Amino acid sequence: MAAIVRRRRHNLPLLVGGALVFLIASSAAFAPLLTPLDPTSIDPAGRLQRPGPEHLLGTDRLGRDVLARILYGGRVAIIVGAVAVAIGAGVGVSVGLLSGYRAGRLDALLMRVIDGLMAFPALLLAILVVAALGPGHIQAMAAIGVVLIPVFARLARAQTLAARGQDFVTAARAAGATDTTIVLRHILPNVAGPLVVQATVAFSGAVLAEASLSYLGLGTQPPTPSWGGMLQEARDVLFVGPWMAIWPGVAIAAAVLGWNLLGDGLRDLLDPRLRRGPR
Amino acid sequence: MPFVLRRLLTVAPTVLVVATVTFVTLQVIPGDIAEIMLGTEARPEDVARLRQEFGLDRPLVVRYVEWLGHLVRGDLGTSISYREPVVRLIRQRLPVTLSVAAAAMFVAVVLAIPLGVLAARRAWSPLDLGVLAGSQVGLAIPTFWMGILLLLWLAAATPIFPLQGYAAFSANPLDWLRHLALPAVALGTERAAALVRLVRASVLDELNRDYVRTAHSKGLAGSLIMRKHVLRNSLIPVMTVAGLQLGYLMGGTIVIEQVFGLPGLGRLLLQGIYARDLVIVQGAVLTIALMFALLNLAVDLLYAVVDPRISYA
Repeated sequence: MAAIVRRRRHNLPLLVGGALVFLIASSAAFAPLLTPLDPTSIDPAGRLQRPGPEHLLGTDRLGRDVLARILYGGRVAIIVGAVAVAIGAGVGVSVGLLSGYRAGRLDALLMRVIDGLMAFPALLLAILVVAALGPGHIQAMAAIGVVLIPVFARLARAQTLAARGQDFVTAARAAGATDTTIVLRHILPNVAGPLVVQATVAFSGAVLAEASLSYLGLGTQPPTPSWGGMLQEARDVLFVGPWMAIWPGVAIAAAVLGWNLLGDGLRDLLDPRLRRGPR
Repeated sequence: MPFVLRRLLTVAPTVLVVATVTFVTLQVIPGDIAEIMLGTEARPEDVARLRQEFGLDRPLVVRYVEWLGHLVRGDLGTSISYREPVVRLIRQRLPVTLSVAAAAMFVAVVLAIPLGVLAARRAWSPLDLGVLAGSQVGLAIPTFWMGILLLLWLAAATPIFPLQGYAAFSANPLDWLRHLALPAVALGTERAAALVRLVRASVLDELNRDYVRTAHSKGLAGSLIMRKHVLRNSLIPVMTVAGLQLGYLMGGTIVIEQVFGLPGLGRLLLQGIYARDLVIVQGAVLTIALMFALLNLAVDLLYAVVDPRISYA
């Protein structure tokens, strides 16, 4: 434990990433306390106002406050990201555990399905699923979740394959543990570290994917504020209201950077063998 | 069997899987495809006609086999919204998408290799740390936002770069380049951010090897060792990843084409989705995924040629 604490002291990615994630998550959670303005209330008289004391980041072409929309948009980003990662990790880890533990024909079959999903560029697969389900943030969650399944399945399978031959598994089996107990109580906790790191990195991918889908008009639908959707709206009035095109992008980049750094930091923390840096 | 032949044979199942996933996803849509495509206000006889055209009255398996049959003959069906064969629509747009992807790859490589080598040679110097930090930030910036910023700052300020559209290479190479420059930079910098870390790690890895020390003790000049030994070896993994990223760029172009109004495959796909023209969606998705598979194949084959140490026998 002391070693972990010591490592954390020099773990800059973990600190910066953690701070960014905390900042974004808390400003989304406490959005109503940070701004009294409603992100969806339209004010035709106050259209396209430059950033000023009344609207710190200006207003959009319907007179809505850009700051309020960014704060509330953070909620959409985090919820879509969390649900998508939950779907991807839930399905992917289950498949991976089953595939790695059972091996044999079931493994071969499951891995072919996973290969099939990996044969598509990620964004294309998400777009295909949304094309089938229709646009919307619920559909986007499902689509991004599907895209995330293969990475979790592969990682969980590889980890399980490595763990199943080890002594603690043999010991558990000798003690009479059932397969379910062995997988859930013995293997899963042992392979959880890399999966947690993967989930953190996958979260940043999910935020980016949600923004991309919403930018294309396939994700979160207006009037619900989303960062990608705000950039799409900004594209039409780029030279009249450039502030609309700046801040939602900053929010996306900060969120993705935050979760990426947090993932890097966690990796260093959980697996010192992979630690990079001068000795 | 020689590696090349075996690798070529693996493409067929991949293509089949891609085709199947595409078909199944779009056919198992909740609701009636004909109604979805024509909208709720369509006349019943139009819906019935479309149902018959799609053969929706027949079992899924029969339709699937039939569709595959058409696919093998290069027939992707006729678009409802364009009233044109989808293959023709795709053929018009494919060069645009390939141009954007290739130009972006060029930008990525041109940025990533010198920066990565420089960072590795001065590992843990301020320059190196700057490159590493820059790559983290670069990875976090969405390509479409980068595109919007470039439009805002460059296209508006200078008359060099157009705001929208595309010009064919055959018509006017200079015009082609002007239209491609910003999309390529927007898409390429993000890939460069990913690639630069790999170049750095790979060069650093090689620099610590025995043969480099031997070359130094022989009295060879540092630049010569770098050029003749280190770069050649360290660029092999870089090339593999760069190739895989070219496939990835096929997906990335979808968004970037939308930002810059480029009439490519991605734009066609989105128009298909907006117009609920599933024939187009199916064809475009399939083509992009096929390009992805073929590029991955090309990389694998090239890999075997470039690195004689790897024996796939």
